[in-house]
Amino acid sequence: MAAGDKKEYWRWAESCWTDDSKNWRDARIVTAGIDVGSVSSQAVVCVDGELYGYNSMRTGNNSPDSATNALKGVLEKSGMKLEDITYVIGTGYGRVNVPFAHKAITEIACHARGANYMGGPTIRTILDMGGQDCKAIHCDEKGKVTNFLMNDKCAAGTGRGMEVIADLMQIPIAELGERSFDVDVEPAAVSSTCVVFAKSEALGLLKSGYTKNKVIAAYCQAMAERVVSLIERIGVENDFFITGGIAKNSGVVKRIEKLLGTTAAATKYDSQIAGALGAALFGYTLMQKQGAAAAKAA
Amino acid sequence: MIANYGYKDGAGEFYISIDTDKCLACDADRACLTACPKGMFEIITDDYDDEVAAVKQQFRRSLAYDCTACKPAGGYASLPCSSACTPGAIKHSW
Repeated sequence: MAAGDKKEYWRWAESCWTDDSKNWRDARIVTAGIDVGSVSSQAVVCVDGELYGYNSMRTGNNSPDSATNALKGVLEKSGMKLEDITYVIGTGYGRVNVPFAHKAITEIACHARGANYMGGPTIRTILDMGGQDCKAIHCDEKGKVTNFLMNDKCAAGTGRGMEVIADLMQIPIAELGERSFDVDVEPAAVSSTCVVFAKSEALGLLKSGYTKNKVIAAYCQAMAERVVSLIERIGVENDFFITGGIAKNSGVVKRIEKLLGTTAAATKYDSQIAGALGAALFGYTLMQKQGAAAAKAA
Repeated sequence: MIANYGYKDGAGEFYISIDTDKCLACDADRACLTACPKGMFEIITDDYDDEVAAVKQQFRRSLAYDCTACKPAGGYASLPCSSACTPGAIKHSW
């Protein structure tokens, strides 16, 4: 097989969606949130504080281009132009490199706000399992952060770690979660402190006779243990919500739920858009405040 | 808000937590800025437009090493940052 034909097992599905039941032209305030993360970038457009559309794609090697391309997807699908958007907020690692953003807000505040919209005002604890970091967040009924903790020193417990295992096992990343349950006995977790060690350990387990599914189960368990130790530091208060790409991996989510003794709240939205959605909602609130202030001054 | 800056790695958990509600009402004249021998603290405007202390980005992944000199083995009976912060907003996890 030629090098160029190599299958990319780690590659997750990109998506672009708009709500055809809404007409953005009727909206008073159109805001956008752009989340340029280390692995994925999302653009979310809200009309009058309601989700209208989003685009989720892989981050390239250039943050401004990633931001532009992410928003371009929604604009093209909706027939909207950048000038039609009243206010844009950048978030994520590349938040200061969004060329058309009016303001930058940290992804911690944006994820809390986004989770509040996606899961409702009863959400108190949020676990964001991002591409190359993990965040545990506590928030109030309005989605305002009350406590947070972030770990971005290593890739253990992050989406990038899962991509490495998908490539190693040569199994599409979307299948890992379900396959991790197809084991006779639940194995002990592999190293939860380092992806490189976990990879070496996984290879060793394969050589010792572990099936691929059993190795995946051991890695999912390691990820779960890793993030649970983080989230326990700030405490878990229900309702509990998971954002980020790993929220789509049932193998990790179910094991986290088991370790915490709680169930993650369900949502109809794509878990990866929480940060960008929160940013767009921040923009809406800001525009409302400015409008109210202008009306008061007039 | 409790802001935890730091990380967890194979050696342990190393977080400096700052209670921003206590920090906002600082009556210590932002003494943390000068108390830390390494100048690890700064005043930022957070996402909710509050001016509060934070650990500078460049120190957030190396706290175990950067704070070593101020631990008991370094000759300190108490942490200079925590002692200087009279509202009690700054705490170390280790």
